[in-house]
Amino acid sequence: MYIRSQVTTLYESDSFAMNLRRDVFQAIADPTRRAILLLVASQTMTAGAIAANFDTARPTVSKHLQILTECELLEQEQNGREIYYHINAKKMKEVADFIEPFRKMWDERFNKLETIMKKYKSKK
Amino acid sequence: MEQKTKITAENGKQELVITREFDLPLELVFKAYVEPDIVEQWMGTKVLRLESKKHGSYQFETSDAQGNVVFRANGVIHEFVPNQKITRTFEMENAPFGVQLEFLEFEKLTDDASKLCIFTVFRSVAHRDQLLQLPFAQGLNMAHNRLRDTVRKLNYTS
Repeated sequence: MYIRSQVTTLYESDSFAMNLRRDVFQAIADPTRRAILLLVASQTMTAGAIAANFDTARPTVSKHLQILTECELLEQEQNGREIYYHINAKKMKEVADFIEPFRKMWDERFNKLETIMKKYKSKK
Repeated sequence: MEQKTKITAENGKQELVITREFDLPLELVFKAYVEPDIVEQWMGTKVLRLESKKHGSYQFETSDAQGNVVFRANGVIHEFVPNQKITRTFEMENAPFGVQLEFLEFEKLTDDASKLCIFTVFRSVAHRDQLLQLPFAQGLNMAHNRLRDTVRKLNYTS
């Protein structure tokens, strides 16, 4: 009986993790939620300030914020009467290595430098 | 295949290291950092001023197709040793990333290969992480725009 309950717990926690993971990808599959992440990536914002950027009704934006918070892409922080949202960089890193686009940007720049200077060398 | 450009950004630290190996002689890589018209080509920005000397300053500016300025950055050169190192500050104007301190070190590997190491120090860990996230955020934005354009096209055809 004990073993069975252990196994069940394990199984349940496993499928729970799978659900969560699926939710993260579902979360970023939605264009409005991606736009919210983009907004909050540049600065910490209140729900009201976020909603002001969308034509969508405020409750719809709240629902999006709830989903993003539930799958831990966003974190809430109470500051007086306001709740501020900020990006959870750790979780973002799990979804997609967020440094990779930065590396690619520099890699492309340096590839260009290399091409230009190779031409420069052969011209001389 | 090993990556030619590497990024090291340890958790909780306010520094960032970019290293790159070039199939180029050291002198040519250094030149690409000194000559304004060459900098313009590979950085994809207009060079308003670039005084490559100790206590010199520089300013870059990028405009979009409509002529609006979308990026402007400036800094002061603190140390300038030809074919060895440049120590300078870098600040993106109207951006929340603060001033950065950059140590650029150029190293000869062979006659035709060299290495560049850029060690950057930020004001805080948060400033660093925010800058690192920028291209990721832009990527999200581009994906969003592509999706929006696709939806628009669908609307037009239907």
